[in-house]
Amino acid sequence: MAAREAPAGGAPHPYIPHTDEDRRLMLARLGLSSTAELFQEIPERFRDPPLELPPALAERELIAFMAARAADNAAAREHPRFLGAGAYHRFVPSVAGSIVQRGEFATAYTPYQPEISQGTLQAAFEFQSVVCELTGMEVANTGLYDVGSATAEAVLMAARITRRRAVAVLEPIHPGTLDVLRTYAGAADLELEVVAAPADPADPGSAVDGALGERHACLVVQQPDFLGGIVDLDRITAAAHRRGALVVAVCDPLALGLLRAPGDSGVDVVTGEGRDLAGPVSFGGPSLGLFAARRDYVRQLPGRIVGRTRELHGPRGAEGAEQEPRTGYVLTLQAREQFIRRERATSNFSTGQQLIALGFTVALQTLGPRGLRESAELCYQRAHAAAARIDALAGYSARGRGSWWFQEFLLRGPLPPAELLARLAERGISGGLDLSGRAEQEAHGALLVCVTEATPPGHVDALVRALESIGGAQGGEDPA
Amino acid sequence: MSTAERDIGARLAFDRGSPGRRGVGVPSWEGERAPLPPAGLLRERLRLPELSQGEIVRYYTALSRLNYGIDSGTYPLGSCTMKYNPKVDDLMAALPGLAEAHPLDDAGRVQGVLRIGCELQEALCSLTGFAAASLAPAAGAQGELAGVLMVKRALADRGDLAARRRILVPDSAHGTNPATAAMAGFTVTQIPTAADGSMDREALERELDGSVAAAMVTMPNTLGLWERGIDEVAELVHAAGAYLYADGANLNAILGRARFGDLGFDVAHVNLHKSFSTPHGGGGPGAGPVLCGEELAPYLPAPVVVAEEGGFRLGRPPRSIGRLQQFHGSYGVLVRAYAYLRSMGLDGLRAVSEHAVLNANYLRALLVEAYDIPYDRGRVLHEVVLAGTRQRREHGVRTYDIAKRLIDHGLHPPTVYFPLIVEEALMIEPTETEPREAVEDFASAMLAIAEEAARDPDLVRSAPVSAPIGRLDEATAARRPDLRWLPAGDD
Repeated sequence: MAAREAPAGGAPHPYIPHTDEDRRLMLARLGLSSTAELFQEIPERFRDPPLELPPALAERELIAFMAARAADNAAAREHPRFLGAGAYHRFVPSVAGSIVQRGEFATAYTPYQPEISQGTLQAAFEFQSVVCELTGMEVANTGLYDVGSATAEAVLMAARITRRRAVAVLEPIHPGTLDVLRTYAGAADLELEVVAAPADPADPGSAVDGALGERHACLVVQQPDFLGGIVDLDRITAAAHRRGALVVAVCDPLALGLLRAPGDSGVDVVTGEGRDLAGPVSFGGPSLGLFAARRDYVRQLPGRIVGRTRELHGPRGAEGAEQEPRTGYVLTLQAREQFIRRERATSNFSTGQQLIALGFTVALQTLGPRGLRESAELCYQRAHAAAARIDALAGYSARGRGSWWFQEFLLRGPLPPAELLARLAERGISGGLDLSGRAEQEAHGALLVCVTEATPPGHVDALVRALESIGGAQGGEDPA
Repeated sequence: MSTAERDIGARLAFDRGSPGRRGVGVPSWEGERAPLPPAGLLRERLRLPELSQGEIVRYYTALSRLNYGIDSGTYPLGSCTMKYNPKVDDLMAALPGLAEAHPLDDAGRVQGVLRIGCELQEALCSLTGFAAASLAPAAGAQGELAGVLMVKRALADRGDLAARRRILVPDSAHGTNPATAAMAGFTVTQIPTAADGSMDREALERELDGSVAAAMVTMPNTLGLWERGIDEVAELVHAAGAYLYADGANLNAILGRARFGDLGFDVAHVNLHKSFSTPHGGGGPGAGPVLCGEELAPYLPAPVVVAEEGGFRLGRPPRSIGRLQQFHGSYGVLVRAYAYLRSMGLDGLRAVSEHAVLNANYLRALLVEAYDIPYDRGRVLHEVVLAGTRQRREHGVRTYDIAKRLIDHGLHPPTVYFPLIVEEALMIEPTETEPREAVEDFASAMLAIAEEAARDPDLVRSAPVSAPIGRLDEATAARRPDLRWLPAGDD
């Protein structure tokens, strides 16, 4: 690509404003003859090493170049896709995308100066309120990195609160979340135990009862579980609390539009992934870890918390008299945080996911109570209708896990899962997740297929047709 | 929500609108209805605002106008590198082929995404002098945790972890460094700063023994100064059997001019939302890739992007510390940083550090008479740390007041009261994207405030008077936490 000709003496780049004249004036003030002198403290043998980097692209070259990179992905073209497993293509109201693009929100720093950050702060208070309402919990922070790290922080918090060193994790849980829990538990030298999946998530009491003891700080449970089943959290909390262990529930926020608020079931900490209700899946990030807890634990929370307060003094009116102080918002309970408490902080958390949290808040408030419930029910109905149609095909079974399930079901066909996926891919369909290698009986030989409120009915038709034609070629019998 | 709304903070979205309004429609389900789970598994109530779409947009637009961003004006937060965020980079991250890519899709269907990751890894390695990188950490603090856990695992593998339980951190460090060390199960020993603004070498040598796992050093340091003799420090640390960690928060100062790997560091993180210009979002999302030499590469967090014959794929290093997030990192942020790198090229990146440092020195020269400068070398790198000690001593005006008064001058205050070793600190980082006139305007405001402090200290102490809101009662906020909306009568 052609190199750009900068006018002699002009600025070096559109993002850097200094002309030769600026440099001359500034260096004169410094008593220097060249900017190279500014770097003389770097020992010469380390200074200005030869580097290999591609040449600069002008803006329209960059756009063409990036468009080519973007085109080299299946996602560039509209196609039927049934992969979920923790990252869901959802319906996000356009309003959310529009608000997060406002430079006043997008280009601000963490709100350390509340007087000129009320937009970020008040929106964060809205976020905490939305998360509390959705989860049925009493307090929430302004969000953590993602569901995995948020759940890990919940486990660390439970260990601090209970002063116990073992953590139990109930299968089926997302393998990525489990991996993050291992990383963080290892860092804190906690013992992590995986509890085998109960046969029916709607009746998990006995599986949990036998696995928990006085050494456990908490039990981590996913709702709906990794294979899609809806868990009866009331039974889980009853069993865990008998042992003095806390319950950390990892919840899908859309499912909570329909399902019982975990706080009503007695859960102690709720985490979740907010990304997909706030904006695009974006290859799984940036994400948004939701984190809410009981009020008793507010001073143990990781991350940032915004509080509502008032001005110390009201503004002066036209006659100079002090008026009523106005309402404002501040970062609060900061004595928990790293920049004050350093090595005694509750977490090292600093930069988080504020802009994603804003998108999440605007999206949920735009949907409103009925819109969220309708979206959740639409998701449920579309998934169940799709499963019923596939289950009726010769050679296939499509069933949800347990008595009740939400948006993901287990698909078995006349071919092993990897081959079935390959055949679907040939037809331009992203067919789901191959569950080979999982311990659960019902996962053997199955694909995890996801249908959401945002899955167009035509895509389900395409999947059914494709499965029919693959099945017809095989002529198999129902595997279930 | 006209500007006439005197107390916008008193009414949340929850307090607005009316039952029955809605902001967006949802398609209705026309098919056969599957039975829902029993009532015991379903939620009883959901309290969310009920607003029309226009009301929502007006409310959040009104909130946005209470904010100050880099789009609004100079934002000289020290150690935060608040530079202009190119708009084209946001558009690139929104390209459907990237934004709609699913993290678990088959590698063959996301080659463009993976190639961007691989080339970003390579570019960051080239810029920092390291052999390998993982883009997984979501932010600087998570990058730090990754780096320290890599050290921990390497020590465990060589049977040395039980003995090495201490991490050395200079007293000028960010709070995340000691907090990270503690999260990873280490104790922290603080190393004092010498009169010239570098680490006290004698103190460092005294502490370096077989009980040390690593030293974490910010490069350049939070005083905006080159850490003198850092290559000798690296030799000492290595001779003691420990690792040297670079906090790359201040990489902007030395982009293209010096590399952590060449200086003897073993592992580092860099903040893409600082040096690589991705928008800070009011507190994220960011990205904090971790980079290292050959020795620690097997321990990098998963995943890393691997280039093979025939394409790219995600891989897990053989002795990986594991995952830090459920998926692969802040990909939308990585795309923006990659687009930025491609738009700058090597010459552009060297111009970044050149003009970031030029601006900081120019600002220092304009303010050196009016404010105290501790640890002064007559020269700084990307930022200058002033002290409001003279203003406090002579006029009873604190740095806190000076910061608030800058707001009345239409500017965002710098970082204050950090680093902790500087009394009444004002830590100012203009970055390269501020034109000369903006640096001069900021200096003029600081000089005017120094005069105001002498002439009318009450004026400075009562600032801001022109902000959307005055000073807030933070003490009551912490003592009686009010952290969420509740319906009237329910609190």
